[in-house]
Parts: sequence; C-alpha cells; structure tokens
Amino acid sequence: MHPWLLSLAGGVLIGLAAVLLMATLGRVAGISGIASSLLSGTRDWPWRAAFVVGLVISPLLLWLVRGESGIGMPQVSWPWMALAGLLVGFGTRLGSGCTSGHGVCGIARLSPRSFTATILFVALGMATVSVVRHWLGGLPA
Amino acid sequence: MKALMALFAGLLFGVGLGIAGMTQPAIVLGFLDVGGAWNPRLLFVMAGAVLTTAIGYRLVWRARKPRFEASFDIPSVRRIDGRLLMGAALFGIGWGIAGYCPGPALASLGSGIGSVWLLVAAMIVGWWLASRWPLRSNPHSST
Repeated sequence: MHPWLLSLAGGVLIGLAAVLLMATLGRVAGISGIASSLLSGTRDWPWRAAFVVGLVISPLLLWLVRGESGIGMPQVSWPWMALAGLLVGFGTRLGSGCTSGHGVCGIARLSPRSFTATILFVALGMATVSVVRHWLGGLPA
Repeated sequence: MKALMALFAGLLFGVGLGIAGMTQPAIVLGFLDVGGAWNPRLLFVMAGAVLTTAIGYRLVWRARKPRFEASFDIPSVRRIDGRLLMGAALFGIGWGIAGYCPGPALASLGSGIGSVWLLVAAMIVGWWLASRWPLRSNPHSST
C-alpha cells in the first residue's frame, strides 16, 4: 500500500479509538492527559492505566499480524532524547494536551484552544527541525 | 468493562499510530522538515484522524450519555492563556528535537530501545514538574 494511504488508514484507526473512548467512557483521547494524571493519584486510574497498557502493547499486535512492529529507530543521541522528553512532558501538561488531545480530539471538537495549540506546536516543531538541520547542520552527539 | 473498553481503545490507537508511521521518528521529523525533503505523511494521518473523530463524536453525542458513564466529560475551558501558549511552544520544540510526541513515545517502549525509555522517563519528570507549576488552571482543561 502507498505510504500516504497507510497513514490515512492509521489516522482513521486513531479516530475510531477516540470515538470508542467517547462513546463508552465519554472522554477525549488525549494521551498526555490520560497518562500524566496517573501521577496525581486520581481515583479513576483503572481505565487510564488500561488505555496506556493497550498503547504500550499495540506494537506486539502489529508485529503478530504484519510481521513488523512499526517502531523506528531514534534519530538523535541520548542527551537530546532526554531533553526532548522533558520538554514534551512539561509542555504537554502545561498546555493541557498534545498531538492527540489538541491535534485530533480538540480540532474535531472545533475548540479554539486546540486550534491555537496545534498551530503553535506544529510551527515550533518545524522551526526546531529547520534550525537544527539547516542552520546547525544537525545536532552534536 | 470500563477498563476493557479503555484497553481496546488504547490498543486501537497504538495500532493506528504504528500503521500511520507515527512510531518512526524519521517520518515525523521528515514532516516537520518543511525546509528540506518534506514528507507529507502526517497530513494524511491528521486528515484521517480528525475527520473520523469529528464525524464519530457527533454521532456519539446524539446519545444522552456515554455507554458506561453518567455523562460526557468534555474539556470546558475556553480561555487562551499563557499556559496554553507556553506549553504548546515548549512541546513543539521537544517534538522537533527527537520526533516523539507522548503517544508514539509510549508505544515505542516495547522495542526495548534504551534511549526511548530515557525519553519517556524524562517526559514523566516533565509532567510532574508541570503539575507543580504555580499557575495551575482548571484541572478539567487537561486533555
């Protein structure tokens, strides 16, 4: 299948998962919110933990069905992975959402907050890659 | 039953991420590289996910309540404030450095790649730090 079609199909599955969560539990499928609130000892942790478990074991299912997990190799060295993780964690909780909560569920709800956040994080992501690849000529190891 | 539904939703979500190419940081960084050999795949992921969710949500909301809860719990905060802008900006920079947003980062743990575990550990520290940030807004804004 053409990679663009694969991506479209993958997107549809992500959407179906979001719709399933809304239809059954009445919740938006925001990964950062679902996972990060597990840290605050919330009373409704079981469904959140179950969702994260599903997410974590999903490549195993892909591997069983398609023969490949779909997981690619990191592109930057470990200090940059650590810095990136810190920024992604801090930013998604401060901004109340990530690619899924704002970018998919929020835009689907036509939320002005989510439109704003999505435009901003995509723009900053693009700016970061441009600076790193075309000004700095890559990240130092 | 609630946990089972959530498990299935997480599984479906992760399979979608994998098929879409979101668990390959090279593809994600390729999409963000508008000044280089731009890879448009993420546009197709977004299109498929947003359209499906937009249509599906409206069908689901015709019901009075979700199947296993008393009511829909939908983020109600409308204010675009400094927290939202600063958070989205920092997230974008982190996303652009390594090509991982939270879902694909968690879904890549199973590979056993050490630096992915490091990224997820740092992400959890980031979540914790942000939860202690003094300017707390309504916790219900959390998606």
